[in-house]
Amino acid sequence: MTATRRTILALGASMAMAWPLTALASDPIRIGLLATFEGAFTALGEDGQRGAMAALAEFGAEAGGRPIEVIVASSTGAPDSALLAARRLVEQDGVSILVGPLSGSEGLAVRDYAREHPAVAFINGSSGAQDTTLRNPADNFYRFSTEGVQWMAGLGTYAYEERGYRTVAILGEDYSFPYSQVMGFMLEFCEAGGRVPAKFWVPIGTNDYSSVIAALPEDVDAIFVSLGGADAVNFLTQYQQSGGVAPLLAGSTTVDQTVLSAEGRLRTGLIGVASASPVAGTNDAPEWLEFVAAYRQQPGALAAPSLFAHAYYIGMKAALLAVEETGGDFGDNGENLHAALAGLEFVTPTGPVRLDHNRQAIADIFLTEIVEAEDGGLTSRIVRVTSGVNQTLGMDEAEFLAMGSPSRDNPSCE
Amino acid sequence: MSAASPRPAAGRSLPAAAPPGDPSVGAHLGLAAALLLLPAVASGFILVQIGAQSLILGLLALSLMVLAGYGGMISLAQITVAGIAGYTVAILGENSVAVHGFGWPWWLTVPVAITFAALGAALIGWISVRTQGIYTIMITLAIATAMSLFAQQNYTLFNGFEGFAGIPAPTLFGQRLRAPMAFYYLCLGVAALCYVAVLYGARSTFGLGLQATRDNQRRMRALGFDTTAHKVFAWFLAGIIAGLAGVLLVWFQGRISPGTIGVAAAINILVIAVVGGLRHPIGPFLGAVVVVLIQTFATDVVGAARHNTLIGITFLVIVYFSPDGLLGLWSRFQGQFRQNPLRPGDGA
Amino acid sequence: MSSVDGKAPFNARQGLTARQVWAGIGLVLALILVWMVVAQWPAWLNGILISKRTFLTTLLNGLTLAGLYFLVASGFTLIFGLMRNVNLAHGSLYLLGAYVGYEVVSRTGMWLLGVAVACLVLAVVGLILQVLVFRRLEGDDLRQTLVTIGISIVAADMMIAVWGGNTYQITEPDWLSGAVRLPVVTTIRADGTAIFLAYPFFRLFVLFLAVAVGIGLWLMINRTRLGAMIRAGVNDRAMLSASGVNVHVVFAIVFALGAALAGLAGVIGGSALSVSPGEDVRYLLASLVVVIVGGMGSVTGAAIGAVLIGIAEQLGLVYFPTYGGVVTFLILVVALAVRPQGIMGK
Repeated sequence: MTATRRTILALGASMAMAWPLTALASDPIRIGLLATFEGAFTALGEDGQRGAMAALAEFGAEAGGRPIEVIVASSTGAPDSALLAARRLVEQDGVSILVGPLSGSEGLAVRDYAREHPAVAFINGSSGAQDTTLRNPADNFYRFSTEGVQWMAGLGTYAYEERGYRTVAILGEDYSFPYSQVMGFMLEFCEAGGRVPAKFWVPIGTNDYSSVIAALPEDVDAIFVSLGGADAVNFLTQYQQSGGVAPLLAGSTTVDQTVLSAEGRLRTGLIGVASASPVAGTNDAPEWLEFVAAYRQQPGALAAPSLFAHAYYIGMKAALLAVEETGGDFGDNGENLHAALAGLEFVTPTGPVRLDHNRQAIADIFLTEIVEAEDGGLTSRIVRVTSGVNQTLGMDEAEFLAMGSPSRDNPSCE
Repeated sequence: MSAASPRPAAGRSLPAAAPPGDPSVGAHLGLAAALLLLPAVASGFILVQIGAQSLILGLLALSLMVLAGYGGMISLAQITVAGIAGYTVAILGENSVAVHGFGWPWWLTVPVAITFAALGAALIGWISVRTQGIYTIMITLAIATAMSLFAQQNYTLFNGFEGFAGIPAPTLFGQRLRAPMAFYYLCLGVAALCYVAVLYGARSTFGLGLQATRDNQRRMRALGFDTTAHKVFAWFLAGIIAGLAGVLLVWFQGRISPGTIGVAAAINILVIAVVGGLRHPIGPFLGAVVVVLIQTFATDVVGAARHNTLIGITFLVIVYFSPDGLLGLWSRFQGQFRQNPLRPGDGA
Repeated sequence: MSSVDGKAPFNARQGLTARQVWAGIGLVLALILVWMVVAQWPAWLNGILISKRTFLTTLLNGLTLAGLYFLVASGFTLIFGLMRNVNLAHGSLYLLGAYVGYEVVSRTGMWLLGVAVACLVLAVVGLILQVLVFRRLEGDDLRQTLVTIGISIVAADMMIAVWGGNTYQITEPDWLSGAVRLPVVTTIRADGTAIFLAYPFFRLFVLFLAVAVGIGLWLMINRTRLGAMIRAGVNDRAMLSASGVNVHVVFAIVFALGAALAGLAGVIGGSALSVSPGEDVRYLLASLVVVIVGGMGSVTGAAIGAVLIGIAEQLGLVYFPTYGGVVTFLILVVALAVRPQGIMGK
């Protein structure tokens, strides 16, 4: 029974553990990696890990003159389990930096937990709930990746002005992430003069969309879809099969690489679909190409890194750059580390990033279009880049906050 | 497990009267001393994440054990009952999501939460006592699913998918109850209280009546007992325990959402109760410690991704080889060393 | 309604009246439905139900989904009826069937071969489970059920280990793809051209297949020697065994058949929709609800339950998406309150 013995060993070790606040220069720095390796989001978590490990490999697993030890923990994608895993990494394994988690509501839970351990630096993985950093932010929670509302930058204006859509119906999963994507889209689209006459919110995990497709209004110019993972694959295939005619606009996760590389019939109907995202498949910036090459070294890599790999890469890279800047000495309460992180500006594979006063990234967003790749698969092509997108999409912060959190009915422009 | 089986096993004793492996007074005192002294040696993490979490999940499994062990009704809805209490605390007390959060003091929210939980449990019980054995499992599973689905979709009361966060544990006489040691002792105190109450209750007239109903409902009815009322009342009592666990659970996590009361959580409680053993109220706590240890440390053994396999296999092996869970293994082990030729057949 | 008090067996006369009332209601509903299919809808009806096309498509989707649910649930109910074994790993069998089907179809391109291999593999898996696990726990229903929970936990994790978290779709053959025009006019344009209802052929095929399987099962149970044994076993296992039938062989056959049906449903579901982790729980819950509503152990009950749940789910998704999922479980609770043993249960 190795399990029992090891468990007892682990128990004993933790009981005897004293906090290693004054670390020796040769001691490894422990970084926790929290992602989802069980349940429905497994594929996304695995790609996130590939991204983080690509960053680690870039630094040769060493920063600030000290070796880096990465401890991996898994959550199910539910906030409760993210909380348990984060506690374990911080309180049991004694990590000084935690990179993660993956999904929106997990991010909120980890943000709340971060307050209990002000010395530890919490760097977001790919979780994209806006409120994590906008409302009630934690001083030691950093997000170098952009979030759901930011990701939509440019799409609303483009849809109205260049595609000429005047009315758009919305279809999304019924929870916070699609709400924020819809808000990001509608802020621009409604501002430009467009109207959104109908919204359909379906429960997360719906696999049969054919009835919903039949219920979509026929008199709109386009349909904006924000569904993730298997939900997106199901909808896109069935939309094609039932001969859907209205053109589609897609949320960032709806046409993410994890969906585009799904095996099956998902094909021609997707070509030409417009979306906006922090990553794009066909990006010929040298930083991006380097990143793709490093990413492809990781076992099981997809054709192109997904936005999860990208977000975790940026998070891990920020952590390592900050460690480098401190020279391996975080200070008694991690103050050197926090100072380094708060002031960190660097060039990511997708352009420069810096933090605002809430420790939220201001970065570039790509407006994309789905095209056929050279190898016959699908990929996303950059139509234009919106530079320096902040969390309020350029609006005044007080005005933006006054609109309230995104929800089923907020915003609205029927 | 055989205690809860509808099959009338020969020589089955009432668990409360003379169960095999019943910890003696000495064992109880030793265990109590060890648990009381644990904070002297253990870190805050061990106290809360292992200690307090095991005690909370153990309480939930205990409420299942009361129904299954004494009443022959396996419920998958105990987490739902705990959820009623947890959501009540979040809605009536404080939370940070700016939905409801009436800011009632804890001494008001907690009794109300537990009352709601117990009444909810009685309602679930009233629906499901029409069924028996495996039917009860399925109906309570359906109720648990429906409840979690409803909480996920309803924003006006349950705040939908996000649920509630930032739910603080109270501060008592200047002591934060959520501080590791205080919280550990709080959970230990509640668990000990419920444990003793269950031990005592099982020997009360009501407890004996419930066990008799489990063994032969028809005869009990013929004797003039209102067996339905008996069972529903058992649900009510188990609901109080689950409600207490629910309150502790939201204080532990500081949050509650539909996932907290989902199918996976419901099955987790059943796994804990069965792994520990359903013949004696110590079983659920034993099971909780084992499952929490596996869930926390399996990463070191089988890697982050495969710990569910380890839990599943542990569960399978125990169900398959020891119908009475770890307790059954223990009594078998004990039986080999104890010279007691008059002892009836071990285990099932 | 005589069954409210749950003690109906002795007042047969009242039961007959209730049946007549139900038949009357059913007839009226059927007439309304026929009118809705044939007639041109007035504006007020369009206002309530969005459009004729939406409503009829949703209804058809409900029926075809019911077909899929029936394929899954029929195996579940068969196994329960005979062995009193609530196989909570039935969803895992479905998912395994889908993955096996996907592997075969994506490698060979032969859809029918995928169906056959999935059925065969799952039948063998079912046989192994019955012989190695369930036979040893025979008579202990509760432990059997708990073991199936354990199996489903391990199986879900192992399938993620092998197939990852990706979403797969099984490509249906060309002769089953595409849409057919149904002889139902949805709208008449201003210039007088009628627009007919188009519907994916594969989904109709699912419905046909479910009906065929249902008839096949009915014939097998009611017209064959094996069926007679199964019926006898459902009524009284001990007597069947005492009359010289080797019940173990009957059990093994039924378990293999039930598992094969789950595998078949997996390939069908993976072709019509998709395959991904988590589908096991979805179809397990669906089977549970279908079978509890329809009556445990009854194949006819499974068919009725599947139609009710399938249609309710699709109508719910379109007309009240927020609580559509809850409606399914509401039906369950109502069914239990009125008829705890299920519609066709004894």
